[in-house]
Amino acid sequence: MSLTLDDVRRVAALARFTLSPEEEQRYLGQLSAILEAVAELEALDTSGVVPTSHATLGEVLMREDLAQLSTVSTKVLQAAPARVGTHFSVPKILD
Amino acid sequence: MALTDLSLMELSAQLASGMASSVEATRACLSRIGAVDGQVKAFLHVDATGALAAAEASDARRRQGRPLGPLDGVPVALKDNFLTEGLPTTCGSKILEGFIAPYDGTVVRLLKEAGLPLLGKLNQDEFAMGSSTESSAFFPTHNPWDLSRTPGGSSGGSAAAVAAREAFGTLGTDTGGSIRQPAALTNIVGLKPTYGRVSRFGVIAFASSLDQVGPLTRTVADAAALLQLLAVHDPKDSTSSPRPAEEYLAGLEGGVKGLKIGLPKEYFLEGIDSEVGAAVMAAAKQLESLGATLVEMSLPHTRFALATYYLIATAEASSNLARYDGIRFGRRPKEVRGLKELYAQTRSEGFGAEVKRRIMLGTYALSAGYYDAYYLKAQKVRTLIRQDFEQAFAAVDLVLSPTSPVPAFKLGAKVDDPLAMYLMDVFTLPANLAGLPGVSIPCGFTREALPIGLQLLGRPFAEATLLRAARAFEREHDYFRRQPTLQG
Repeated sequence: MSLTLDDVRRVAALARFTLSPEEEQRYLGQLSAILEAVAELEALDTSGVVPTSHATLGEVLMREDLAQLSTVSTKVLQAAPARVGTHFSVPKILD
Repeated sequence: MALTDLSLMELSAQLASGMASSVEATRACLSRIGAVDGQVKAFLHVDATGALAAAEASDARRRQGRPLGPLDGVPVALKDNFLTEGLPTTCGSKILEGFIAPYDGTVVRLLKEAGLPLLGKLNQDEFAMGSSTESSAFFPTHNPWDLSRTPGGSSGGSAAAVAAREAFGTLGTDTGGSIRQPAALTNIVGLKPTYGRVSRFGVIAFASSLDQVGPLTRTVADAAALLQLLAVHDPKDSTSSPRPAEEYLAGLEGGVKGLKIGLPKEYFLEGIDSEVGAAVMAAAKQLESLGATLVEMSLPHTRFALATYYLIATAEASSNLARYDGIRFGRRPKEVRGLKELYAQTRSEGFGAEVKRRIMLGTYALSAGYYDAYYLKAQKVRTLIRQDFEQAFAAVDLVLSPTSPVPAFKLGAKVDDPLAMYLMDVFTLPANLAGLPGVSIPCGFTREALPIGLQLLGRPFAEATLLRAARAFEREHDYFRRQPTLQG
């Protein structure tokens, strides 16, 4: 599977990036090279191998589903680029 | 001897005996930072006021005979991906320029509760993605041993600050080698604990199944002391292990008699700098003369580790970095027409090239039609890599290799070739994939006086054995006493 410019544009859209034409070409080249390098995994026989979906080396830890009060909300709002009272302000979504 | 020439443990002893005060030690660090950081550029932010206030509080406690613990008053500094309440936290990125952390991460809280003054925040590759600290959005850090070279990365600032005697110890994070590789390039000790040993709560995430917090220090005992403080179960991190920590300092001088040390043949192939290879083999022979048994072994899936890492880490990063959308924190462009434009402009302007590259690679690997071939495949190969180590550790206690295939490289040498940069981590990233603890320790210098690092990997939660073996080698040399000559 070799990467095309359409692939780069599609992926950039998914990642919410705007790329210049020069950037599109540059990433096309670099990502193609990287994907070629990772293609060697295809040749490896992994039939019957269980994927590692948990990184922890023991059991997955559980806890009681109890709500706790969070007290950092005012401090978190202080970091907001734009806010209205206790709300984050965003551009209009619906016209 | 200047105060800043002391190791962390030596300072701890002097604080306990009253020979030095925390304010003196903190002032010494601040003065050193003032003298050399213009050249080294390890720090993104220095908090002199906060550090001195903490130092004064520490000295007051000592006068009353109530120190918080053995490290009360020892000044340290942190990589800029640790949330530190009230201080800027940028992760080396423009997208978080001006962001003031609203709370302390768990590890930061543990350091403060133990009384350690925090000198400031250290430079890093942007979002911890890199092996040279050159992808920092602000400026590169320079290797104190040769200012024209990189200190490695992504915890380059953390490593350079210790090497340059600007702090008695620092913390970094290691996702594919980002503590161990810069430690190797700067003649210091860098420890990546077992996955789950240290809390990641309040540490800005790059790849959640790979990231680990660890110390960078001048000596093995220093690293052991910091690890002891941080190896605590944290209910706020669902991957934090409840397994109680061992005593890392108690058995440190125990030596290596009876230990079996494996040399994986796949880690000693071509591509390693000849001086690095020679120094590491000499170190292995020395450990043998100290009572260890060297065992030739194989980790057959080693050559697939780089590809596996670059699919899993980038996939996880693409998910973790989706939160940088200009809504709740960080920079937001002023003139935007709508929400989609807000996202695209924030991210396009705020992220650097390496970050964008990795997000796009990860997005591609997870996207419909490619998920099975890339991400799922990589997770299966990850299992095979883990199994290689499980089999290895049935026969050996430790695995030995070079940390980095080459010594510190020139600034700018690899920035245009991403794959060449990724190859810097070939020996370090398997430990992240397998969740194993690893340490890099100084093992010599090249003819050009560049540091060489030796890596030891251990079984899960066997940091005590790892540190004991590292110490056995360390005490045969004086590498940890050597300092770069920096004109202040």
